[in-house]
Amino acid sequence: MARLSLSKVEKTYPNGFKAVHGVDLDVRDGEFMVFVGPSGCAKSTLLRMIAGLESITAGELRIGDRTVNSLAPKERGIAMVFQNYALYPHMKVYDNLAFGLKLARTPPAELDRRVRHAARLLEMEHLLDRYPKQLSGGQAQRVAVGRAIVKKPEVFLFDEPLSNLDAKLRAAMRVRLTELHRTLRDSDQPATTIYVTHDQVEAMTMGERICVLKDGVIQQVDTPTALYERPANAFVASFIGSPEMNLLPARLEATDTGLTVLLAGTRLRLPGERASVLAGLPHRAGGTVQLGLRPEHLTLSARPHGDSEPLAARLRFTEHMGSEVYLHVDVGDLVMTARIPAEQALPLQGLQRGDALTLHAQMAACHLFDAETGLRLA
Amino acid sequence: MSGAHARSGQVKEAANMSNKGEVSATTGHGALVLGRDQGNRWLRYAALGAVALVMLYPLLWLVGASFKTNAEIFSSAGFWPSRWDVSAYAKGWKTSTEYTFATYFLNSFLITLPRIVVTVVSCVMVAYAFARFEFWGRKLLFSIMIATMMLPLIVLRLPQYLVFREIGWLDSYLPLIVPSAFATDTFFVFMLVQFLRGIPRDMEEAAQIDGCNAWQLLWHIIVPLLKPAIISVVVFQFIWTMNDFMGPLIYLASVEKYPVSLALKMSIGATEEVEWGNVIAISVVALIPSVAVFFAAQKHFIEGATSSGVKG
Repeated sequence: MARLSLSKVEKTYPNGFKAVHGVDLDVRDGEFMVFVGPSGCAKSTLLRMIAGLESITAGELRIGDRTVNSLAPKERGIAMVFQNYALYPHMKVYDNLAFGLKLARTPPAELDRRVRHAARLLEMEHLLDRYPKQLSGGQAQRVAVGRAIVKKPEVFLFDEPLSNLDAKLRAAMRVRLTELHRTLRDSDQPATTIYVTHDQVEAMTMGERICVLKDGVIQQVDTPTALYERPANAFVASFIGSPEMNLLPARLEATDTGLTVLLAGTRLRLPGERASVLAGLPHRAGGTVQLGLRPEHLTLSARPHGDSEPLAARLRFTEHMGSEVYLHVDVGDLVMTARIPAEQALPLQGLQRGDALTLHAQMAACHLFDAETGLRLA
Repeated sequence: MSGAHARSGQVKEAANMSNKGEVSATTGHGALVLGRDQGNRWLRYAALGAVALVMLYPLLWLVGASFKTNAEIFSSAGFWPSRWDVSAYAKGWKTSTEYTFATYFLNSFLITLPRIVVTVVSCVMVAYAFARFEFWGRKLLFSIMIATMMLPLIVLRLPQYLVFREIGWLDSYLPLIVPSAFATDTFFVFMLVQFLRGIPRDMEEAAQIDGCNAWQLLWHIIVPLLKPAIISVVVFQFIWTMNDFMGPLIYLASVEKYPVSLALKMSIGATEEVEWGNVIAISVVALIPSVAVFFAAQKHFIEGATSSGVKG
């Protein structure tokens, strides 16, 4: 079993700065868990605490059945892949892979078998006699991953391993790492993985569950789909999804026909099922809320089943991405972004900056957050 | 030459350079810049060559003088001897004592080589501790170490002599070797610390996760990465120890233990006429080990002494 659990884990530095605030998290056996968040959110600090490279000030870390707070990194059953690969430049690739096993006094035959198995898995058998300086970025990263695999750890730790690669190679390595995880799990090898990244695309495509962090506090832990469709607060809503969700100051108002959202002088009706959940809110704090609309829920034409509410807008500029167009518009004093499939973008032809157009907001898919705390209301 | 002719000449020069595959200049102004760059380069080489000649000439003269007679040495500042006489080398090597320079060279190596070994071992360990460990008093100890670099060596001679006299180490090589085993060569510790600070910690963290303890980390990871700096330490310590005169003068009384530096001085006797040819010849021979070590290690030495050591 290679479960990992963090229980009220904290990290306070000698100068008094508290980097990690009471983190509670359970990672299931064989799960691919992604830690994601902006720079300075303590995701790497948390990973290093799990690795044993940073001390844990308070709380408990368990790997499998053992509490490992005071254990050295080599005793925790972990292997780590670093952002800068951290290969040993004076050793050939074979020796880089074999180094940990040599220190553990692995018999030579077993050592050779494991090194060559990892090299085969990562398609780098032809690189074993090279030095790190003779490798490309992608090759070096594969060697770093191979060095982790040969140790057969209980938990794999990845610290932004793809950050130094170009976009195309990053996309290819994402697929390779995901496939590798599946292969290890399918062959009953321990494959519990914690993957740190600041790239939400990596998080969404690779993670089975994602832990979103901000300022050392967990914001939400859930599947990519759940994080995307039901973000727990405005921070998660804006962090997950590209382009970013439109988060706009608005006011809930109760009318004879139900609830409406007043946005930049326009009243947008909320569908009945949403209104019933939010009944008490218009009377609280003047009904001020943050309205969240994902760019793909703003369209150029009304939806047939009638939950689209029109918004008068003025064009700022467009970004043509090939398969879709990002439309940046002014709605009153607010700036919004819409994502329009290319085949539906014909009405945009000939439009200039400042021209008027109408966007249709799918209110059934809107999100409402508390204006002060940012917490999800409905 | 008129301005127009000058400009057309320079444009032609630029065109020629363009034909040779160099950066082309289509304007007169561009051609001027190219022409000046070429001229500047030769001027720089000429100036550097002149300064190098001035600095190296005494050494070159020394080599030439080792083949001259006494009279010719004092009468001519030129390099070329009137005839190439190698007898000074043979006579200088034999010396006027009961020992040849073979003995004195051996003595020099008996001091230098152990001193290099203990210097490297102790300085690497101390530098590793300062650069990679947090311990109480680290900053204070480092400051004290740096402060000792400011002390003139002569200030330490008398107290050290008294200590070694009490211990009973006079007339032995121990006072010349043992202090270096305690990382008292603070210049080397400082150089190694600075080099270590330029090495990213990722590799060491990876090695920790691979299972290295502190000593294994030092041996398997740090020392190989420190190779350029260690070679610099070896080269510097070799040259300084071979040239050390005061240390052996103070601590050694027996002629059979004298290193080359003392033996050279001995050959410049005060009571008889000095055979300068012999002295110069043996001085040239005494230089050979230091020069050979320097040139053998210069590629690593330059990197170790100047680079920040960023690797990986």
